[in-house]
Amino acid sequence: MKKKAIVCRCEDITEEDVLNAIEEGYTDIEELRKVLRIGMGPCQGRVCIQLVMKLLEKKTGKKVSKASLPTSRPPIVPVSLGTLASDKDEK
Amino acid sequence: MRVNGIPNVRTCIAPLKNDIKVEIQGKYANLPDAKFKENPVKTIDIDILVVGAGPAGMCASIEAANQGAKVLLVDENPCVGGQLIKQTHKFFGSKHEKAGTRGIQIAKDLENELKELEKKGEVTVLLDSTVIGYYEGKGKKYKFGVLKRYGYEGILHEIDCKSVIFAVGAMENMLLFPGNDLPGVYGAGAVQTLMNVYGVKPGDKVIMVGAGNVGLIVSYQLLQAGIQVDRVVEAVPIIGGYHVHAAKLRRCGVPIYTSYSIKEVYGDGKVEGAVVVKLDKNWQPVKGSEEKVDCDTICLAVGLTPSTRLLSQVGVEMEFVPEAGGFVALHNNSMQTTVKGVYVAGDSSGIEEASTAMIEGKIAGVSAALQLSYDKKAKTLKKQYIAELERLRDGPFGEKPRVAKNKIKKLLEKKHV
Repeated sequence: MKKKAIVCRCEDITEEDVLNAIEEGYTDIEELRKVLRIGMGPCQGRVCIQLVMKLLEKKTGKKVSKASLPTSRPPIVPVSLGTLASDKDEK
Repeated sequence: MRVNGIPNVRTCIAPLKNDIKVEIQGKYANLPDAKFKENPVKTIDIDILVVGAGPAGMCASIEAANQGAKVLLVDENPCVGGQLIKQTHKFFGSKHEKAGTRGIQIAKDLENELKELEKKGEVTVLLDSTVIGYYEGKGKKYKFGVLKRYGYEGILHEIDCKSVIFAVGAMENMLLFPGNDLPGVYGAGAVQTLMNVYGVKPGDKVIMVGAGNVGLIVSYQLLQAGIQVDRVVEAVPIIGGYHVHAAKLRRCGVPIYTSYSIKEVYGDGKVEGAVVVKLDKNWQPVKGSEEKVDCDTICLAVGLTPSTRLLSQVGVEMEFVPEAGGFVALHNNSMQTTVKGVYVAGDSSGIEEASTAMIEGKIAGVSAALQLSYDKKAKTLKKQYIAELERLRDGPFGEKPRVAKNKIKKLLEKKHV
């Protein structure tokens, strides 16, 4: 069996998954993110975003320099809800 | 992945310990049983927040504190030093900037300087801590959330600061080829961490991908650790790193194949070998040039991308500058971004060297302090550092960063004329 080329390790998305989605018409990084969940796992796109941008450029001819990075939102690392909702230290 | 029972852990940066248990997470999560009520949120009010305790962040903190500013230095690792703690080689550059000294020694020197400042209460260092986001601040202050990890629990810190310096470094680039997720495929940074920080051999026979300085230096370090480096493959037709490093490797009998790449990696559950292939002028594989090479480790040294996620949350203007390694925050020669009081330094402002990262850190530190009216000959120092930075970039090796920084300067001027 031929091995897969993994783009996003957190969400287990392959090169083929990305290329198929681009074929289907999802041709910008935000759309791909919403469809495939690339960049939405624990590492928040540290590995995959630059790979996806290169695939997009190769497939659509859209220059990476003209694209924009996906919106970055807090928290950028996993934080438990309990920690986020902790009370303030009143001391 | 789950590490010692904690889900969603970035295994790649989890500190290595005896009896560490790393598991595939599976489909279902556990409901947590940790207690949170005993860990109230702490608040810290400070002049300058420095994010990242690598060469740039440490220098920025020391410089700003020496001017009289109160500084909080935050890093997600269990110790300060950033990438310096794995750099066992001696540095190039000018005498001013510690040429001839090993990276690990520079990290220790800077750590000692920080400790002195900590004793005086000028600097606070928060380790095992990640800045998780930028939140709405009061008045002219910036507010950040910081998660400090204590074993399996975390305490949230709210940081209010007048100024912030991002010295958050960069991320290693990955390559796409079948089998790129097999155990045994490493980034060069990971290989250095295992070998030089933990004393663990990453494998017995390595193919290095990338003949830039990182690829060449790490190949030599692998040889020093008694590990066989079968070859270095490099996709472009020339060797990108310094000639001295390449020559040293070749003298040790390691061939460097330019215009070659990895086509795929094979193995049952781990790397057992790779197919390398020659590339033509258009980066396409040359048919019939495939060669199977037995190895247990693939080391990727194919460049870095600046970390920008926190910067983009703050709302600084960013542009794509290929010579800088990707999207970078536009900044002036004080290292200030397009948002007042928000500075950037080191690899996160454009991929370069540790030596220039240190000076950029100093410039950012002294500039941020000066902006808050802390001034002990700050202007003279700043001028001196800016001249030093130019001198360091003056050589032939400084060409790429010089191009990057000029582009950044022009893009900034274009936007703000």
